[in-house]
Amino acid sequence: MSRMIHSLSVLTLLLVLAGCSGSDTDWNAKNIRGLMPDLEFKLTATDGEPFTPEDRAGQVRLLFFGFTNCPDICPATMARLQNAVKQMPEAMRDEVTLLFVSVDPERDTPERVGEYVDFFGDNIVGLTSDEETLRTLAKRYRTTFGYGKPDENGDYDVSHSNAVYVFDGQGRARLLIRSGQSISQISEDLETLVRQGRD
Amino acid sequence: MSWYHYLLPYDFSPLTLIAFVVVLTMYLQGLYALPAEERPGALRVFTFLLGLLLCYTVMHTRFDYYSQYMFFIHRGQHLVLHHLGPLLMVLSNPLPIMRFWARQLPGWLAPFLWPVKMAYRVLQQPLIAATLFVGLIYLWLTPELHFDAMLSRPLYWVMNWSMLLDGLLFWWLILDPRSPHTERVLGYGKRIILLVLIIPPQSALGAWILFSDSMVYDVYEVCGRAWPMAPETDQMLGGVLTWIPPAMMSGIAILIVVGRMMRDDRSNAKTQQADEAREVHA
Repeated sequence: MSRMIHSLSVLTLLLVLAGCSGSDTDWNAKNIRGLMPDLEFKLTATDGEPFTPEDRAGQVRLLFFGFTNCPDICPATMARLQNAVKQMPEAMRDEVTLLFVSVDPERDTPERVGEYVDFFGDNIVGLTSDEETLRTLAKRYRTTFGYGKPDENGDYDVSHSNAVYVFDGQGRARLLIRSGQSISQISEDLETLVRQGRD
Repeated sequence: MSWYHYLLPYDFSPLTLIAFVVVLTMYLQGLYALPAEERPGALRVFTFLLGLLLCYTVMHTRFDYYSQYMFFIHRGQHLVLHHLGPLLMVLSNPLPIMRFWARQLPGWLAPFLWPVKMAYRVLQQPLIAATLFVGLIYLWLTPELHFDAMLSRPLYWVMNWSMLLDGLLFWWLILDPRSPHTERVLGYGKRIILLVLIIPPQSALGAWILFSDSMVYDVYEVCGRAWPMAPETDQMLGGVLTWIPPAMMSGIAILIVVGRMMRDDRSNAKTQQADEAREVHA
């Protein structure tokens, strides 16, 4: 009998650990603290130079995978993130950086990624790399991407994560913003994160 | 990607590799060491190895990649880990090999094994076993937990291993090769009742997933799919795989149990007849 209680308690513990990673703050986004590894990569920036998270150390960093030919998810997400940042108090906006990683290196050269991110704002870093490096990074964050069949014009669809991974100033994985969240909810979360970083 | 890449693990887990190599080595070594009359025949060996290979394939090759990024393939993975793979391994009746290894255990170890035995006895209590079998499917398909399991690498491995181990326990309870007439194992009637009992909750869950209007498991959107596929299609296929094949597995297992029951009765009747005949002659 005691064994059964034991195994039940292990199961409960697992549920508690997994289901509600109980934390001090109520986030609008999904709390992924402890579920995912710290921010770490080496990619190519739009000027062709290598870029690592340390280049923006101390900032709250938002990691997003996409491609510049993306018809809906990417532009919509970029716009939402930008609006969320704009809703933050002015003094805080500089402490947030968006990292847009193109997973379509075949078509997206660093220059092209540069043109794309410049269209959305200036706190965005456009990044890309060869497919292998991108796959390693995607795998680290338990995500993937894939390519559809090209049509007669050679255009093809790219499946990719629609979530935004949020890392704090120390590069720890903190939040996962899902597509259903409103701009003010995102803004609220980012503000809390920046504040926490200052304390 | 060259062909051998498909055989390599997507997410290398040393513990998983070790576990499978140990089981395989112990099986083959036991097979070799057993006297010819105790040794399982070729078909039984094949069945065991097939079950083991299937489990390894879905857990530790490229298949695992697709399971992580497509819901319906994930359901297929769990179908193998929880149903098909363990069922095959148990069906092959590895009892002689297990007995061989039990004989190799040093005597001093025995007192330390009782907690394991106790836990085993509790887990194999029929109602607990059936609840655990269905409960684990429900547990890991709880949308919130499913989401976390797909995000967290350690949790993902706990999920897959718990499915495989529980599959082995449940199917061993159901397809234990020993006869309840001669040994203290679960009776045939009770085995059939359990097999019937586990069908409705699994079907209900599968149907719920299949007929959900909204996306129940949005983690595959969040993490990206292995290839572009409509989320509704993915979820629908996953629902079908949760619903239909498990019910079929129960059906097949019931046929196997009924077959054993009849054979057992016949051989029982024969011994009885022989006993009676002896009595008459005496």
